[in-house]
Amino acid sequence: MSAAESNARARAEALPTQEMTINMGPQHPSTHGVLRVILRTDGEVVSNARPDVGYLHRGLEKIGERVTYAQFMPFTDRLDYLAAMNCNCAWAWAVEKLANIEVPERAEYIRVIVCELNRISSHLIAFGSFTADMGAFTPFLYSIRERERVNDLFEDICGNRLTYNYARIGGVSGDLPPGFIEKTKEFLDYFEPKIDEYNELISYNKIFVNRLANVAVVSAADAVAYGLTGPSLRGSGVAFDLRRDEPYSVYPKLDFKVCVGTGERGTVGDCFDRYMVRINEMRESVKIVRQAIAQIPDGPVLAKVPRIFKPAAGEAYVRTECPRGETGIYVISDGTANPYRLKIRTGSFVSMNIFETVTKGLMIADIVAVIGSLDIILPEIDR
Amino acid sequence: MSHDPAHDAPAAAAVPGPIGPEASVLVGKADWFLNWSRKSSLWYLLFATACCGIELMQTGASRYDLDRFGAVFRATPRQADLMIVAGTVTHKMAERLKRLYDQMPEPKYVLSMGSCANTGGPFYKDSYCVVKGVDLLIPVDVYVPGCPPRPEALIDGFLKLQKIIMQKRNFAAKA
Amino acid sequence: MEPRDIFDALKARFGDAVVELQGEGFRPPFVVVSPESILEVARFLRDEPGLAFDSLMCLSGVDYKDRFAVAYHLHSLPAKHRIGIKVFLPKDAPSLPSVDAVWPAANFMEREAFDLFGIVFEGSKDLRRILLPEDWEGHPLRKDYKYPDFYHGIKI
Repeated sequence: MSAAESNARARAEALPTQEMTINMGPQHPSTHGVLRVILRTDGEVVSNARPDVGYLHRGLEKIGERVTYAQFMPFTDRLDYLAAMNCNCAWAWAVEKLANIEVPERAEYIRVIVCELNRISSHLIAFGSFTADMGAFTPFLYSIRERERVNDLFEDICGNRLTYNYARIGGVSGDLPPGFIEKTKEFLDYFEPKIDEYNELISYNKIFVNRLANVAVVSAADAVAYGLTGPSLRGSGVAFDLRRDEPYSVYPKLDFKVCVGTGERGTVGDCFDRYMVRINEMRESVKIVRQAIAQIPDGPVLAKVPRIFKPAAGEAYVRTECPRGETGIYVISDGTANPYRLKIRTGSFVSMNIFETVTKGLMIADIVAVIGSLDIILPEIDR
Repeated sequence: MSHDPAHDAPAAAAVPGPIGPEASVLVGKADWFLNWSRKSSLWYLLFATACCGIELMQTGASRYDLDRFGAVFRATPRQADLMIVAGTVTHKMAERLKRLYDQMPEPKYVLSMGSCANTGGPFYKDSYCVVKGVDLLIPVDVYVPGCPPRPEALIDGFLKLQKIIMQKRNFAAKA
Repeated sequence: MEPRDIFDALKARFGDAVVELQGEGFRPPFVVVSPESILEVARFLRDEPGLAFDSLMCLSGVDYKDRFAVAYHLHSLPAKHRIGIKVFLPKDAPSLPSVDAVWPAANFMEREAFDLFGIVFEGSKDLRRILLPEDWEGHPLRKDYKYPDFYHGIKI
């Protein structure tokens, strides 16, 4: 009898096994926050992974109905705290569309500069924590080293390192401080070669690639149907980027490439593709910031908006490209100073739809890879 | 052996004798030793719910290294002495927080980091599902204010906790 | 396609189930349809070649003081247009068919609308509370919601 046949016979006559139900989270080092996953596994192979969210639900949408439009700005920081500038600006753009406010051009350029810098720092944490989850701790320290420099830039602008509250309805709260443009150029010159350093350090490491290639492949049709957006959608080969396809602010004047997953080391749409899209997007963000710094005009940074701001009754839905996907804000005004209803649709929340489907048959270690490659963050999911 | 004179200083004396004049023996109170060993190796539980969690991570990482105080993060409460509650605690999470606190072995300390853990933070007034302060659930030793607190502020809170630990009387005489 | 054309195409296909076009002050404009027809409307919007709405951007519940509504924001990647669909529901026992068979992205968003408003989506593959604890009472985003005093002994 050959080895394969005797193995098969041994397996067939082996002890019967039962499925286990294991709880992962809500306090867990690799779940990117307070996410709970209820795993039903047969040994190491997962047969069902059901996500349980809501451990950080703070009722932001109800709070929005009780404060004014301007008072809601600090709450948008806490929505996706790694990309707080993007969320601030998303709220500002939504209210400006609702009330037809014209934003000065210098303010729009400043918003794009800080949004792209924040995209870099958010992808740095995504990269650092993802590699830390995979078991390599050093890239995390490298990425925090770069991120601290971006934090310094933001501290110069608005005084805070994480929750900025920088955008205002009609512009931004203050002009760029003197010396900011030079410091940003210095940072970009310092940072651009670091991306190649990360690729040399970890991206093409054989073990890292083996853990991510061909894991949790999401086809392009599935990605669109399940509502994936942002880098997760582009990792499946769909070249859709709101900054190019539904441009807003001053993005039409800026030139950048849309990074798409190419199945470099496995299949198009696997975890490795989603990871590489984020690495490449950092490079594109550097390009965008350089162009914005070169093109930024002089002028005011805040439009004249009444102190008691009461937009006319109406509804608006505005979506922007945040690092974790598309953040869409649906705001309804009834003519009073408080929003009547505001709904925030975030990339992470809708990405969780695909979690249960894509994790069938994976191993427990792959669950961690899926959570990291979808780059979810819990306050975006729970609001 | 050098020590910070701000803490209770034992009487250090060199004992002459067969060991040799350059060798030294430290004589001090048992309390001091125990407290010093506890405060120099505070392992904290990675309990980060929200934004303060990122500042906690950044405090433990490259620029503001928390490891120089002997503090490393542990993922499981059973190996941790310190729980840094970083972030908002919601009612859904409250029960799990209490369970994690109960799983930590004695002696255990709690540092409440950020406004949300102190009092509920910006969600104090209008939110329906945020616990208004983690001290409603577990006893807290140090409160660090801020939204989020800067890494320097967290380190300051950490050092204050170390001071509290140094003042503990472990071998008090029974009255 | 312009919103007016999409409205005309829907009206031609579904007749009275398509109620009106909310255009002025609404960005994007909304086509109001009846609750019973939403599943067929959804399938038509996704499968019809000229419309091709393959992406559900957002599904929200709304509490207008006299009635509920569910607002769908749709986008088409191939045809590059977008539209909103709105369904009005009565205040007591609001329910309508689920569209998660057409757009699987709808599942979590419908669960959220159920959790926060109490809108029941019939035929949904999984309708449970998602953001609040399982034993929470009430639906917080309703305009008449009164905050409870205690939850499991902790003051709210």
